Amino acid sequence: MPSPKQHTIIVCASTERISDVREFVAKHATNFGFSDEDVHDIRLAVDEAYTNVVKHAYHYDNSKKVEVTVKTFRNEFLVSISDEGTAFDFASYKEPNIEERIMLRKRGGVGVYLIRKLMDRVEYRTSGRQNEILMSKKR
Amino acid sequence: MSNFTIRKRTADTVDVLELVGELDAHTASHLEDSLKSLIELERYNIVVNCTELAYISSAGLGVFMAYIEDVRSLQGDIKLTNMSPKVYNVFDLLGFPTLYDIVDTEEEAIVMFTS
Repeated sequence: MPSPKQHTIIVCASTERISDVREFVAKHATNFGFSDEDVHDIRLAVDEAYTNVVKHAYHYDNSKKVEVTVKTFRNEFLVSISDEGTAFDFASYKEPNIEERIMLRKRGGVGVYLIRKLMDRVEYRTSGRQNEILMSKKR
Repeated sequence: MSNFTIRKRTADTVDVLELVGELDAHTASHLEDSLKSLIELERYNIVVNCTELAYISSAGLGVFMAYIEDVRSLQGDIKLTNMSPKVYNVFDLLGFPTLYDIVDTEEEAIVMFTS
């Protein structure tokens, strides 16, 4: 039985590090054999999830750390992003009405929607102080 | 280091912003500043040329979401052109092509403003 391969990067919670996080995940997704389109989808989903941690879990406090781990197992590519900030309350999440948000001049609020469109599986977990979003895509 | 820049041009009554690089939560404020300064100058016919836009996340889309209605209420518009399939796909996932004018070329967008 093959064992999972795992790679981790730990970065400070700052939008300055978004491109590093994107490139880290994209490199491993490419090595795993995904098409350019799939690599782009994974890159965007990870960007959205990391940005949400910076904004909503840590409120732009760049002294905090975010851990991004990539695991591959058989034909599945998993990305875990974990933090110890404010947990995302998925139970009260509602799919956004984009047209209404535009009319109300409200920006954003579409990251979670995109992540769910781009990845095959998305889970939110909280254990003690640690929150984790686990996303996966099959090759 | 920023991996995003904007080149600005004026073509008659239309202002063109050429986006270059990656537009995300770190670089979106740059686009916001450019749109705000055009609105302050009462320049409401805006074309955003995406030929060299390699990447966009929802933070970049959010800037358009925040300003397009303001510009439209002033009889202008923000029209987007020359998107790569990857960039277009992000707009498409959110249903933006039915809400915004997204056209193939800058020339088409300028004609839409001037005709």
